[in-house]
Amino acid sequence: MASEIHDQTVAELAGRLARRELSSEELVRALLARKDAVDDRVKAFNSLDADSALAEARASDARRSAGQSRGPLDGIPIGLKDVIAVAGQPLTASSRMLANFISPYDATVTVKLRAAGAIPWGRLNLDEFAMGSSTENSAMQTTRNPWDLSRVPGGSSGGSAAALAAGEAVATLGSDTGGSIRQPAAFCGLVGLKPTYGLVSRYGLVAFASSLDQIGPFARTVEDAAIVLGAIAGHDARDSTSFRADVPDYREELKQRRGPWRLGIPKEYFGEGLDPEVAAAVAKAVAYYQGLGCTIKEVSLPHTEYGVGAYYIIATAECSSNLARFDGIRYGHRSKQATDVVDLYFRSRAEGFGPEVKRRIILGTYVLSSGYYDAFYLRAQKVRTLIRQDFLNAFHEVDAILTPTAPTPAFRVGEKAANPLAMYLCDVYTIGVNLAGLPGNSVPCGFTSGGLPVGLQLIGQPFQEAELLAIAQAYERGHDWTARRPAL
Amino acid sequence: MASSDEIDIERVASLARLALSAEEKAEYTKQIGDILRHIEQLKKVDVSAVEPTAHAFPLFNVWREDVPVPSLPVAAALLNAPAQRDHMVSVPKVVE
Repeated sequence: MASEIHDQTVAELAGRLARRELSSEELVRALLARKDAVDDRVKAFNSLDADSALAEARASDARRSAGQSRGPLDGIPIGLKDVIAVAGQPLTASSRMLANFISPYDATVTVKLRAAGAIPWGRLNLDEFAMGSSTENSAMQTTRNPWDLSRVPGGSSGGSAAALAAGEAVATLGSDTGGSIRQPAAFCGLVGLKPTYGLVSRYGLVAFASSLDQIGPFARTVEDAAIVLGAIAGHDARDSTSFRADVPDYREELKQRRGPWRLGIPKEYFGEGLDPEVAAAVAKAVAYYQGLGCTIKEVSLPHTEYGVGAYYIIATAECSSNLARFDGIRYGHRSKQATDVVDLYFRSRAEGFGPEVKRRIILGTYVLSSGYYDAFYLRAQKVRTLIRQDFLNAFHEVDAILTPTAPTPAFRVGEKAANPLAMYLCDVYTIGVNLAGLPGNSVPCGFTSGGLPVGLQLIGQPFQEAELLAIAQAYERGHDWTARRPAL
Repeated sequence: MASSDEIDIERVASLARLALSAEEKAEYTKQIGDILRHIEQLKKVDVSAVEPTAHAFPLFNVWREDVPVPSLPVAAALLNAPAQRDHMVSVPKVVE
Protein backbone atom coordinates (compact mmCIF):
# COMPACT_ATOMS: atom_id res chain seq x y z
CA MET A 1 0.00 0.00 0.00
CA ALA A 2 1.17 3.48 -0.86
CA SER A 3 2.92 5.32 1.96
CA GLU A 4 1.94 8.96 1.48
CA ILE A 5 -0.62 10.05 4.07
CA HIS A 6 -3.07 11.20 1.39
CA ASP A 7 -2.97 7.78 -0.30
CA GLN A 8 -3.93 5.75 2.76
CA THR A 9 -7.23 4.16 3.62
CA VAL A 10 -9.52 5.31 6.41
CA ALA A 11 -8.86 2.02 8.24
CA GLU A 12 -5.10 2.55 8.09
CA LEU A 13 -5.35 6.18 9.13
CA ALA A 14 -7.73 5.34 11.97
CA GLY A 15 -5.16 2.83 13.25
CA ARG A 16 -2.34 5.38 13.05
CA LEU A 17 -4.44 8.02 14.79
CA ALA A 18 -5.36 5.56 17.55
CA ARG A 19 -1.71 4.60 18.05
CA ARG A 20 -0.78 8.32 18.11
CA GLU A 21 1.62 7.87 15.18
CA LEU A 22 -0.29 10.62 13.40
CA SER A 23 -2.39 13.54 14.55
CA SER A 24 -5.59 14.66 12.89
CA GLU A 25 -3.99 18.06 12.34
CA GLU A 26 -1.10 16.42 10.44
CA LEU A 27 -3.62 14.46 8.36
CA VAL A 28 -5.60 17.61 7.51
CA ARG A 29 -2.39 19.50 6.65
CA ALA A 30 -1.28 16.64 4.38
CA LEU A 31 -4.61 16.72 2.53
CA LEU A 32 -4.46 20.52 2.26
CA ALA A 33 -1.00 20.26 0.72
CA ARG A 34 -2.22 17.62 -1.72
CA LYS A 35 -5.23 19.72 -2.67
CA ASP A 36 -2.99 22.73 -3.25
CA ALA A 37 -0.75 20.58 -5.46
CA VAL A 38 -3.39 19.00 -7.70
CA ASP A 39 -6.79 20.71 -7.53
CA ASP A 40 -5.98 23.35 -10.13
CA ARG A 41 -5.94 20.41 -12.57
CA VAL A 42 -8.61 18.14 -11.03
CA LYS A 43 -11.06 20.91 -10.03
CA ALA A 44 -12.97 18.77 -7.55
CA PHE A 45 -13.55 21.38 -4.84
CA ASN A 46 -16.09 24.19 -5.15
CA SER A 47 -14.76 25.50 -1.83
CA LEU A 48 -12.98 24.39 1.32
CA ASP A 49 -12.92 26.04 4.74
CA ALA A 50 -9.40 25.09 5.78
CA ASP A 51 -9.49 27.07 9.05
CA SER A 52 -12.54 25.29 10.40
CA ALA A 53 -11.19 21.89 9.28
CA LEU A 54 -7.93 22.58 11.13
CA ALA A 55 -9.82 23.76 14.22
CA GLU A 56 -11.90 20.58 14.21
CA ALA A 57 -8.76 18.49 13.70
CA ARG A 58 -7.18 20.08 16.78
CA ALA A 59 -10.37 19.44 18.75
CA SER A 60 -10.22 15.79 17.68
CA ASP A 61 -6.58 15.52 18.74
CA ALA A 62 -7.53 17.02 22.12
CA ARG A 63 -10.31 14.43 22.55
CA ARG A 64 -7.91 11.63 21.77
CA SER A 65 -5.33 12.97 24.21
CA ALA A 66 -8.04 13.10 26.88
CA GLY A 67 -8.97 9.48 26.19
CA GLN A 68 -12.32 10.51 24.71
CA SER A 69 -11.98 9.37 21.10
CA ARG A 70 -15.31 8.83 19.36
CA GLY A 71 -14.08 5.88 17.30
CA PRO A 72 -12.42 5.12 13.97
CA LEU A 73 -13.66 8.25 12.17
CA ASP A 74 -12.57 10.65 14.92
CA GLY A 75 -10.23 13.14 13.24
CA ILE A 76 -10.82 11.79 9.70
CA PRO A 77 -11.88 14.40 7.11
CA ILE A 78 -14.85 13.29 4.99
CA GLY A 79 -15.46 15.18 1.74
CA LEU A 80 -19.06 16.21 1.05
CA LYS A 81 -20.85 16.68 -2.23
CA ASP A 82 -22.01 20.28 -2.48
CA VAL A 83 -25.68 19.25 -2.01
CA ILE A 84 -25.19 18.11 1.62
CA ALA A 85 -25.73 20.89 4.14
CA VAL A 86 -23.00 21.94 6.58
CA ALA A 87 -24.07 24.76 8.91
CA GLY A 88 -22.36 28.05 8.10
CA GLN A 89 -20.82 26.72 4.87
CA PRO A 90 -21.81 27.37 1.24
CA LEU A 91 -24.32 24.99 -0.35
CA THR A 92 -24.31 25.74 -4.07
CA ALA A 93 -25.55 22.50 -5.71
CA SER A 94 -23.11 23.79 -8.38
CA SER A 95 -25.85 26.17 -9.51
CA ARG A 96 -25.95 29.93 -10.03
CA MET A 97 -29.31 29.68 -8.25
CA LEU A 98 -27.52 28.93 -4.94
CA ALA A 99 -24.19 30.60 -5.64
CA ASN A 100 -24.42 32.71 -2.47
CA PHE A 101 -26.41 30.34 -0.26
CA ILE A 102 -25.09 29.56 3.24
CA SER A 103 -26.55 26.53 5.05
CA PRO A 104 -28.43 27.58 8.19
CA TYR A 105 -28.21 24.01 9.56
CA ASP A 106 -26.42 20.65 9.25
CA ALA A 107 -27.80 17.75 7.21
CA THR A 108 -28.48 14.66 9.33
CA VAL A 109 -25.49 12.87 7.75
CA THR A 110 -23.33 15.86 8.75
CA VAL A 111 -24.63 15.67 12.32
CA LYS A 112 -23.89 11.93 12.38
CA LEU A 113 -20.39 12.36 10.95
CA ARG A 114 -19.63 15.03 13.55
CA ALA A 115 -20.94 12.72 16.29
CA ALA A 116 -18.42 10.14 15.05
CA GLY A 117 -15.67 12.80 15.22
CA ALA A 118 -15.29 13.15 11.45
CA ILE A 119 -14.44 16.53 9.92
CA PRO A 120 -16.55 18.01 7.07
CA TRP A 121 -14.08 18.37 4.24
CA GLY A 122 -14.94 20.85 1.52
CA ARG A 123 -17.77 21.34 -0.87
CA LEU A 124 -17.30 18.97 -3.80
CA ASN A 125 -18.41 19.72 -7.35
CA LEU A 126 -21.32 18.02 -9.12
CA ASP A 127 -23.61 18.33 -12.09
CA GLU A 128 -25.98 21.20 -11.26
CA PHE A 129 -28.59 19.94 -8.77
CA ALA A 130 -27.12 16.43 -9.28
CA MET A 131 -28.55 16.25 -12.81
CA GLY A 132 -26.02 14.69 -15.13
CA SER A 133 -23.56 11.87 -15.67
CA SER A 134 -20.29 13.75 -16.23
CA THR A 135 -20.11 16.78 -13.88
CA GLU A 136 -19.96 18.93 -17.03
CA ASN A 137 -23.35 20.44 -16.07
CA SER A 138 -21.78 22.27 -13.11
CA ALA A 139 -22.13 26.05 -13.21
CA MET A 140 -18.89 26.26 -11.19
CA GLN A 141 -16.22 24.31 -13.07
CA THR A 142 -15.59 21.10 -15.02
CA THR A 143 -14.02 18.42 -12.83
CA ARG A 144 -11.47 16.14 -14.51
CA ASN A 145 -10.83 12.43 -14.11
CA PRO A 146 -7.55 11.98 -12.20
CA TRP A 147 -6.72 8.88 -14.29
CA ASP A 148 -6.88 10.93 -17.52
CA LEU A 149 -7.41 14.65 -17.24
CA SER A 150 -8.98 14.83 -20.72
CA ARG A 151 -11.85 12.65 -19.47
CA VAL A 152 -14.85 13.18 -17.22
CA PRO A 153 -14.92 11.79 -13.67
CA GLY A 154 -18.53 10.66 -14.20
CA GLY A 155 -21.45 12.23 -12.43
CA SER A 156 -23.30 13.60 -10.88
CA SER A 157 -21.01 13.13 -7.82
CA GLY A 158 -17.90 13.76 -9.96
CA GLY A 159 -16.17 16.01 -7.41
CA SER A 160 -16.61 13.44 -4.64
CA ALA A 161 -15.06 10.75 -6.84
CA ALA A 162 -12.25 12.85 -8.32
CA ALA A 163 -11.17 14.34 -4.96
CA LEU A 164 -10.77 10.86 -3.50
CA ALA A 165 -9.06 9.35 -6.56
CA ALA A 166 -6.65 12.32 -6.63
CA GLY A 167 -5.73 11.95 -2.95
CA GLU A 168 -7.40 15.24 -1.94
CA ALA A 169 -9.65 13.30 0.44
CA VAL A 170 -9.62 9.87 2.09
CA ALA A 171 -13.37 9.22 1.87
CA THR A 172 -16.31 11.26 0.60
CA LEU A 173 -20.08 11.29 0.42
CA GLY A 174 -22.13 11.60 -2.72
CA SER A 175 -25.79 11.22 -3.61
CA ASP A 176 -27.22 8.72 -6.08
CA THR A 177 -30.55 9.22 -7.89
CA GLY A 178 -29.84 7.17 -11.03
CA GLY A 179 -26.21 6.10 -10.62
CA SER A 180 -24.55 9.28 -9.39
CA ILE A 181 -22.35 7.46 -6.85
CA ARG A 182 -21.75 4.16 -8.64
CA GLN A 183 -20.91 5.48 -12.12
CA PRO A 184 -18.29 8.03 -10.97
CA ALA A 185 -16.87 5.38 -8.62
CA ALA A 186 -16.46 3.09 -11.65
CA PHE A 187 -14.92 5.87 -13.76
CA CYS A 188 -12.44 6.83 -11.02
CA GLY A 189 -11.45 3.36 -9.70
CA LEU A 190 -13.24 3.61 -6.34
CA VAL A 191 -15.72 1.75 -4.19
CA GLY A 192 -19.09 3.56 -4.33
CA LEU A 193 -22.18 2.44 -2.44
CA LYS A 194 -25.77 3.51 -2.98
CA PRO A 195 -27.63 2.25 0.09
CA THR A 196 -31.16 0.87 0.12
CA TYR A 197 -33.71 3.68 -0.20
CA GLY A 198 -34.48 4.83 3.34
CA LEU A 199 -31.33 3.55 5.07
CA VAL A 200 -29.66 6.99 5.12
CA SER A 201 -31.59 10.17 5.99
CA ARG A 202 -32.12 12.70 3.20
CA TYR A 203 -32.67 15.58 5.65
CA GLY A 204 -30.38 18.42 4.55
CA LEU A 205 -29.77 16.94 1.09
CA VAL A 206 -30.78 19.30 -1.74
CA ALA A 207 -33.70 17.40 -3.31
CA PHE A 208 -33.64 16.23 -6.92
CA ALA A 209 -36.03 13.24 -7.16
CA SER A 210 -37.23 12.40 -3.69
CA SER A 211 -38.39 8.82 -4.31
CA LEU A 212 -34.96 7.92 -5.75
CA ASP A 213 -32.31 10.05 -3.96
CA GLN A 214 -29.95 8.36 -1.46
CA ILE A 215 -26.72 9.54 0.15
CA GLY A 216 -23.82 7.08 0.24
CA PRO A 217 -20.04 6.77 0.56
CA PHE A 218 -17.11 6.78 -1.83
CA ALA A 219 -14.12 4.93 -0.41
CA ARG A 220 -10.85 3.34 -1.47
CA THR A 221 -11.81 -0.04 -0.06
CA VAL A 222 -14.92 -1.97 0.86
CA GLU A 223 -13.89 -1.84 4.52
CA ASP A 224 -13.69 1.98 4.39
CA ALA A 225 -17.14 2.12 2.78
CA ALA A 226 -18.44 -0.09 5.61
CA ILE A 227 -16.97 2.24 8.24
CA VAL A 228 -18.51 5.36 6.69
CA LEU A 229 -21.87 3.70 6.02
CA GLY A 230 -22.08 2.64 9.65
CA ALA A 231 -21.66 6.27 10.71
CA ILE A 232 -24.34 7.77 8.43
CA ALA A 233 -27.04 5.05 8.36
CA GLY A 234 -30.08 4.90 10.60
CA HIS A 235 -33.58 6.16 11.19
CA ASP A 236 -34.19 9.90 11.35
CA ALA A 237 -37.43 11.45 12.54
CA ARG A 238 -36.72 14.40 10.21
CA ASP A 239 -37.04 12.23 7.08
CA SER A 240 -40.43 10.52 6.92
CA THR A 241 -39.11 8.10 4.27
CA SER A 242 -36.25 7.01 6.53
CA PHE A 243 -36.62 3.37 7.50
CA ARG A 244 -36.73 1.92 11.00
CA ALA A 245 -34.01 -0.64 10.37
CA ASP A 246 -31.31 -1.81 12.75
CA VAL A 247 -27.87 -0.64 11.70
CA PRO A 248 -25.36 -3.44 12.15
CA ASP A 249 -21.63 -2.94 12.67
CA TYR A 250 -20.85 -3.33 8.97
CA ARG A 251 -17.11 -3.57 9.53
CA GLU A 252 -17.58 -6.40 12.01
CA GLU A 253 -20.10 -8.10 9.71
CA LEU A 254 -17.44 -8.21 6.98
CA LYS A 255 -15.42 -10.56 9.17
CA GLN A 256 -18.37 -12.88 9.76
CA ARG A 257 -19.73 -13.36 6.26
CA ARG A 258 -17.77 -15.74 4.06
CA GLY A 259 -20.18 -17.11 1.44
CA PRO A 260 -20.24 -18.94 -0.84
CA TRP A 261 -22.98 -16.99 -2.51
CA ARG A 262 -25.44 -17.53 -5.33
CA LEU A 263 -24.77 -14.77 -7.84
CA GLY A 264 -27.04 -13.80 -10.73
CA ILE A 265 -25.89 -12.53 -14.11
CA PRO A 266 -28.73 -10.68 -15.91
CA LYS A 267 -28.40 -11.35 -19.62
CA GLU A 268 -30.05 -8.00 -20.47
CA TYR A 269 -27.03 -6.14 -19.04
CA PHE A 270 -24.55 -7.67 -21.48
CA GLY A 271 -26.02 -6.68 -24.85
CA GLU A 272 -25.54 -3.96 -27.41
CA GLY A 273 -23.56 -0.89 -26.36
CA LEU A 274 -21.36 -2.65 -23.81
CA ASP A 275 -17.68 -1.86 -24.35
CA PRO A 276 -15.73 -5.12 -25.00
CA GLU A 277 -13.00 -4.29 -22.47
CA VAL A 278 -15.62 -3.61 -19.79
CA ALA A 279 -17.38 -6.87 -20.70
CA ALA A 280 -14.08 -8.77 -20.45
CA ALA A 281 -13.21 -7.29 -17.03
CA VAL A 282 -16.66 -8.17 -15.65
CA ALA A 283 -16.44 -11.70 -17.12
CA LYS A 284 -13.12 -12.18 -15.30
CA ALA A 285 -14.70 -11.05 -12.06
CA VAL A 286 -17.55 -13.51 -12.54
CA ALA A 287 -15.01 -16.29 -13.15
CA TYR A 288 -13.17 -15.28 -9.99
CA TYR A 289 -16.34 -15.67 -7.91
CA GLN A 290 -16.89 -19.05 -9.49
CA GLY A 291 -13.37 -19.98 -8.40
CA LEU A 292 -14.32 -19.00 -4.84
CA GLY A 293 -17.06 -21.61 -4.93
CA CYS A 294 -19.96 -19.27 -5.66
CA THR A 295 -22.85 -20.50 -7.79
CA ILE A 296 -23.22 -18.40 -10.93
CA LYS A 297 -26.68 -18.35 -12.41
CA GLU A 298 -28.08 -16.52 -15.44
CA VAL A 299 -31.12 -14.49 -14.44
CA SER A 300 -33.49 -12.32 -16.44
CA LEU A 301 -34.58 -8.75 -15.72
CA PRO A 302 -36.91 -8.54 -18.72
CA HIS A 303 -37.99 -4.90 -18.31
CA THR A 304 -34.42 -3.54 -18.26
CA GLU A 305 -34.79 -1.86 -21.68
CA TYR A 306 -37.62 0.32 -20.32
CA GLY A 307 -35.62 1.55 -17.36
CA VAL A 308 -34.15 4.69 -18.93
CA GLY A 309 -37.57 5.77 -20.24
CA ALA A 310 -39.35 5.17 -16.95
CA TYR A 311 -36.55 6.81 -15.00
CA TYR A 312 -36.44 10.00 -17.07
CA ILE A 313 -40.19 10.42 -16.68
CA ILE A 314 -40.26 9.82 -12.92
CA ALA A 315 -37.03 11.66 -12.08
CA THR A 316 -37.86 14.74 -14.16
CA ALA A 317 -41.43 14.83 -12.83
CA GLU A 318 -40.13 14.83 -9.26
CA CYS A 319 -37.41 17.35 -10.19
CA SER A 320 -39.94 19.79 -11.69
CA SER A 321 -41.94 19.58 -8.49
CA ASN A 322 -38.96 19.85 -6.11
CA LEU A 323 -37.35 22.75 -7.95
CA ALA A 324 -40.58 24.77 -7.95
CA ARG A 325 -39.36 26.07 -4.57
CA PHE A 326 -36.68 28.14 -6.31
CA ASP A 327 -38.75 31.21 -7.10
CA GLY A 328 -36.46 34.06 -6.04
CA ILE A 329 -38.54 34.87 -2.97
CA ARG A 330 -37.16 33.33 0.24
CA TYR A 331 -33.66 32.26 -0.82
CA GLY A 332 -31.62 31.68 -3.94
CA HIS A 333 -31.09 33.95 -6.92
CA ARG A 334 -33.53 36.86 -7.35
CA SER A 335 -33.63 38.66 -10.69
CA LYS A 336 -33.04 42.40 -10.62
CA GLN A 337 -34.95 42.89 -13.90
CA ALA A 338 -38.41 41.89 -12.73
CA THR A 339 -41.44 44.14 -13.21
CA ASP A 340 -43.82 42.31 -10.85
CA VAL A 341 -43.89 39.23 -8.65
CA VAL A 342 -44.87 36.74 -11.38
CA ASP A 343 -42.22 38.15 -13.69
CA LEU A 344 -39.81 37.72 -10.78
CA TYR A 345 -40.46 33.97 -10.75
CA PHE A 346 -39.92 33.61 -14.50
CA ARG A 347 -36.75 35.68 -14.63
CA SER A 348 -35.15 34.43 -11.41
CA ARG A 349 -35.54 30.82 -12.59
CA ALA A 350 -34.34 31.65 -16.10
CA GLU A 351 -31.23 33.38 -14.75
CA GLY A 352 -30.52 30.92 -11.93
CA PHE A 353 -30.86 27.53 -13.62
CA GLY A 354 -28.48 26.07 -16.22
CA PRO A 355 -29.45 24.29 -19.46
CA GLU A 356 -29.78 20.69 -18.19
CA VAL A 357 -31.85 21.72 -15.17
CA LYS A 358 -34.17 23.75 -17.41
CA ARG A 359 -34.45 20.82 -19.83
CA ARG A 360 -35.48 18.48 -17.02
CA ILE A 361 -37.92 20.95 -15.49
CA ILE A 362 -39.58 21.32 -18.91
CA LEU A 363 -39.72 17.56 -19.51
CA GLY A 364 -40.98 16.91 -15.99
CA THR A 365 -43.61 19.63 -16.22
CA TYR A 366 -44.74 18.22 -19.57
CA VAL A 367 -45.16 14.61 -18.37
CA LEU A 368 -47.17 15.83 -15.35
CA SER A 369 -49.32 18.28 -17.32
CA SER A 370 -53.02 17.82 -17.89
CA GLY A 371 -53.65 15.43 -20.78
CA TYR A 372 -50.28 13.70 -20.55
CA TYR A 373 -50.18 12.49 -16.94
CA ASP A 374 -51.71 9.06 -17.56
CA ALA A 375 -49.79 8.48 -20.78
CA PHE A 376 -46.40 9.27 -19.29
CA TYR A 377 -46.19 9.56 -15.51
CA LEU A 378 -48.73 6.93 -14.51
CA ARG A 379 -47.45 4.48 -17.13
CA ALA A 380 -43.86 5.04 -15.95
CA GLN A 381 -44.90 4.29 -12.37
CA LYS A 382 -46.45 1.02 -13.55
CA VAL A 383 -43.31 0.10 -15.45
CA ARG A 384 -41.44 0.89 -12.24
CA THR A 385 -43.53 -1.78 -10.53
CA LEU A 386 -42.51 -4.31 -13.19
CA ILE A 387 -38.82 -3.39 -12.94
CA ARG A 388 -38.90 -3.78 -9.17
CA GLN A 389 -40.72 -7.10 -9.52
CA ASP A 390 -38.02 -8.34 -11.94
CA PHE A 391 -35.38 -7.83 -9.26
CA LEU A 392 -37.45 -9.38 -6.48
CA ASN A 393 -38.11 -12.43 -8.68
CA ALA A 394 -34.40 -12.81 -9.37
CA PHE A 395 -33.66 -12.65 -5.64
CA HIS A 396 -35.71 -15.84 -5.15
CA GLU A 397 -32.81 -17.58 -6.88
CA VAL A 398 -29.71 -15.54 -6.04
CA ASP A 399 -28.18 -13.55 -3.17
CA ALA A 400 -26.86 -10.74 -5.36
CA ILE A 401 -26.69 -9.68 -8.99
CA LEU A 402 -23.47 -8.84 -10.84
CA THR A 403 -23.36 -6.38 -13.76
CA PRO A 404 -21.06 -3.79 -15.29
CA THR A 405 -21.57 -0.44 -13.52
CA ALA A 406 -21.43 1.56 -16.75
CA PRO A 407 -21.37 0.45 -20.40
CA THR A 408 -18.09 2.24 -21.10
CA PRO A 409 -15.07 3.58 -19.22
CA ALA A 410 -14.81 7.35 -18.65
CA PHE A 411 -15.56 9.31 -21.82
CA ARG A 412 -13.89 12.50 -23.00
CA VAL A 413 -14.89 15.93 -21.76
CA GLY A 414 -17.31 17.31 -24.36
CA GLU A 415 -17.96 13.93 -26.02
CA LYS A 416 -21.63 13.67 -25.02
CA ALA A 417 -22.29 17.22 -23.86
CA ALA A 418 -24.35 18.19 -26.93
CA ASN A 419 -26.57 15.09 -26.90
CA PRO A 420 -28.71 14.76 -23.77
CA LEU A 421 -30.22 11.42 -24.82
CA ALA A 422 -26.76 9.84 -25.33
CA MET A 423 -25.83 11.10 -21.85
CA TYR A 424 -29.01 9.61 -20.35
CA LEU A 425 -28.27 6.20 -21.90
CA CYS A 426 -24.99 6.06 -19.87
CA ASP A 427 -27.19 5.31 -16.86
CA VAL A 428 -28.76 2.16 -18.32
CA TYR A 429 -27.18 -0.24 -15.79
CA THR A 430 -27.57 1.88 -12.67
CA ILE A 431 -31.10 3.32 -12.78
CA GLY A 432 -32.96 0.04 -12.22
CA VAL A 433 -31.46 -0.09 -8.73
CA ASN A 434 -32.90 3.35 -7.88
CA LEU A 435 -36.32 2.56 -9.34
CA ALA A 436 -36.41 -0.63 -7.24
CA GLY A 437 -34.94 1.05 -4.12
CA LEU A 438 -32.15 -1.54 -3.83
CA PRO A 439 -28.57 -1.22 -2.57
CA GLY A 440 -25.93 -1.12 -5.31
CA ASN A 441 -22.17 -1.17 -4.93
CA SER A 442 -19.55 -0.43 -7.57
CA VAL A 443 -16.10 -1.91 -6.96
CA PRO A 444 -13.00 -1.60 -9.14
CA CYS A 445 -12.56 -4.70 -11.34
CA GLY A 446 -9.66 -3.81 -13.58
CA PHE A 447 -8.37 -1.32 -16.10
CA THR A 448 -8.71 -0.94 -19.85
CA SER A 449 -5.67 -1.18 -22.12
CA GLY A 450 -5.70 2.64 -22.04
CA GLY A 451 -5.39 2.66 -18.25
CA LEU A 452 -8.97 3.62 -17.38
CA PRO A 453 -10.69 2.01 -14.38
CA VAL A 454 -13.61 -0.38 -14.85
CA GLY A 455 -16.36 -0.92 -12.26
CA LEU A 456 -18.25 -4.06 -11.28
CA GLN A 457 -21.74 -3.42 -9.93
CA LEU A 458 -23.13 -5.68 -7.22
CA ILE A 459 -26.85 -5.34 -6.55
CA GLY A 460 -28.22 -6.60 -3.27
CA GLN A 461 -31.51 -7.24 -1.56
CA PRO A 462 -33.18 -4.45 0.44
CA PHE A 463 -31.26 -3.58 3.64
CA GLN A 464 -28.72 -6.37 3.02
CA GLU A 465 -25.76 -3.97 2.79
CA ALA A 466 -23.69 -6.16 5.12
CA GLU A 467 -24.01 -9.12 2.76
CA LEU A 468 -23.44 -6.95 -0.30
CA LEU A 469 -20.24 -5.46 1.14
CA ALA A 470 -19.00 -8.93 2.13
CA ILE A 471 -19.51 -10.19 -1.42
CA ALA A 472 -17.64 -7.14 -2.75
CA GLN A 473 -14.79 -7.66 -0.29
CA ALA A 474 -14.41 -11.32 -1.28
CA TYR A 475 -13.53 -10.06 -4.77
CA GLU A 476 -11.41 -7.15 -3.55
CA ARG A 477 -9.28 -9.42 -1.37
CA GLY A 478 -8.07 -11.36 -4.41
CA HIS A 479 -7.07 -8.30 -6.45
CA ASP A 480 -4.87 -5.25 -6.07
CA TRP A 481 -6.92 -2.71 -8.06
CA THR A 482 -7.72 -0.63 -4.98
CA ALA A 483 -4.01 -0.17 -4.22
CA ARG A 484 -3.35 1.63 -7.50
CA ARG A 485 -3.22 5.42 -7.67
CA PRO A 486 -3.33 7.71 -10.70
CA ALA A 487 -0.12 9.51 -11.68
CA LEU A 488 -0.86 13.19 -11.16
CA MET B 1 -49.53 7.11 -25.02
CA ALA B 2 -49.53 10.62 -26.44
CA SER B 3 -48.01 11.19 -29.85
CA SER B 4 -44.43 12.33 -30.19
CA ASP B 5 -45.46 15.50 -31.96
CA GLU B 6 -43.65 18.60 -30.80
CA ILE B 7 -44.43 19.70 -27.28
CA ASP B 8 -46.18 23.05 -26.80
CA ILE B 9 -43.10 24.70 -25.37
CA GLU B 10 -44.86 28.01 -24.62
CA ARG B 11 -47.50 26.29 -22.49
CA VAL B 12 -45.04 24.04 -20.66
CA ALA B 13 -42.58 26.87 -19.96
CA SER B 14 -45.46 28.94 -18.63
CA LEU B 15 -46.56 26.12 -16.31
CA ALA B 16 -42.95 25.80 -15.14
CA ARG B 17 -42.62 29.58 -14.55
CA LEU B 18 -39.52 29.61 -16.72
CA ALA B 19 -38.65 32.44 -19.13
CA LEU B 20 -36.97 30.97 -22.21
CA SER B 21 -35.20 32.67 -25.10
CA ALA B 22 -36.20 31.87 -28.69
CA GLU B 23 -33.03 29.77 -29.05
CA GLU B 24 -33.80 27.81 -25.87
CA LYS B 25 -37.36 27.16 -27.02
CA ALA B 26 -36.15 25.75 -30.34
CA GLU B 27 -33.39 23.67 -28.73
CA TYR B 28 -35.55 22.20 -25.97
CA THR B 29 -38.40 21.42 -28.35
CA LYS B 30 -36.05 19.39 -30.51
CA GLN B 31 -34.15 17.67 -27.68
CA ILE B 32 -37.26 16.81 -25.70
CA GLY B 33 -38.79 15.47 -28.90
CA ASP B 34 -35.82 13.09 -29.22
CA ILE B 35 -36.16 12.01 -25.59
CA LEU B 36 -39.93 11.48 -25.92
CA ARG B 37 -39.40 9.32 -29.00
CA HIS B 38 -37.12 7.11 -26.89
CA ILE B 39 -39.66 7.09 -24.08
CA GLU B 40 -42.37 6.02 -26.58
CA GLN B 41 -41.09 2.46 -26.24
CA LEU B 42 -42.86 2.26 -22.87
CA LYS B 43 -46.02 1.91 -24.96
CA LYS B 44 -44.92 -1.64 -25.78
CA VAL B 45 -45.31 -2.74 -22.15
CA ASP B 46 -48.64 -4.23 -21.11
CA VAL B 47 -49.44 -2.41 -17.87
CA SER B 48 -53.18 -3.11 -17.86
CA ALA B 49 -53.00 -5.25 -14.72
CA VAL B 50 -50.16 -3.42 -12.97
CA GLU B 51 -50.42 -1.11 -9.95
CA PRO B 52 -48.25 2.02 -10.06
CA THR B 53 -45.24 2.34 -7.73
CA ALA B 54 -44.70 5.82 -6.33
CA HIS B 55 -42.12 4.55 -3.85
CA ALA B 56 -39.97 1.42 -3.82
CA PHE B 57 -41.18 0.56 -0.32
CA PRO B 58 -44.72 1.02 0.94
CA LEU B 59 -45.05 4.33 2.77
CA PHE B 60 -47.38 4.91 5.65
CA ASN B 61 -48.28 8.13 7.33
CA VAL B 62 -45.70 8.85 10.00
CA TRP B 63 -47.02 10.22 13.28
CA ARG B 64 -45.15 11.93 16.05
CA GLU B 65 -46.12 13.42 19.36
CA ASP B 66 -47.13 17.06 19.11
CA VAL B 67 -44.32 18.34 21.29
CA PRO B 68 -42.79 21.77 20.70
CA VAL B 69 -39.10 21.62 19.78
CA PRO B 70 -36.71 24.46 18.98
CA SER B 71 -37.05 25.66 15.37
CA LEU B 72 -34.80 27.69 13.13
CA PRO B 73 -34.24 31.17 14.65
CA VAL B 74 -35.56 34.08 12.58
CA ALA B 75 -32.05 35.34 11.79
CA ALA B 76 -31.04 31.92 10.43
CA ALA B 77 -34.24 31.57 8.44
CA LEU B 78 -33.62 34.97 6.84
CA LEU B 79 -29.91 34.33 6.31
CA ASN B 80 -30.39 33.71 2.58
CA ALA B 81 -33.33 36.02 1.87
CA PRO B 82 -32.61 38.13 -1.24
CA ALA B 83 -34.28 41.12 0.45
CA GLN B 84 -35.64 41.59 3.96
CA ARG B 85 -37.14 44.22 6.22
CA ASP B 86 -38.30 44.09 9.86
CA HIS B 87 -37.61 40.33 10.21
CA MET B 88 -39.60 39.52 7.08
CA VAL B 89 -38.80 38.60 3.48
CA SER B 90 -39.39 41.58 1.25
CA VAL B 91 -41.10 40.94 -2.12
CA PRO B 92 -42.40 43.09 -5.00
CA LYS B 93 -45.88 44.51 -4.51
CA VAL B 94 -48.50 41.80 -5.21
CA VAL B 95 -51.72 43.84 -5.00
CA GLU B 96 -52.03 47.36 -6.43
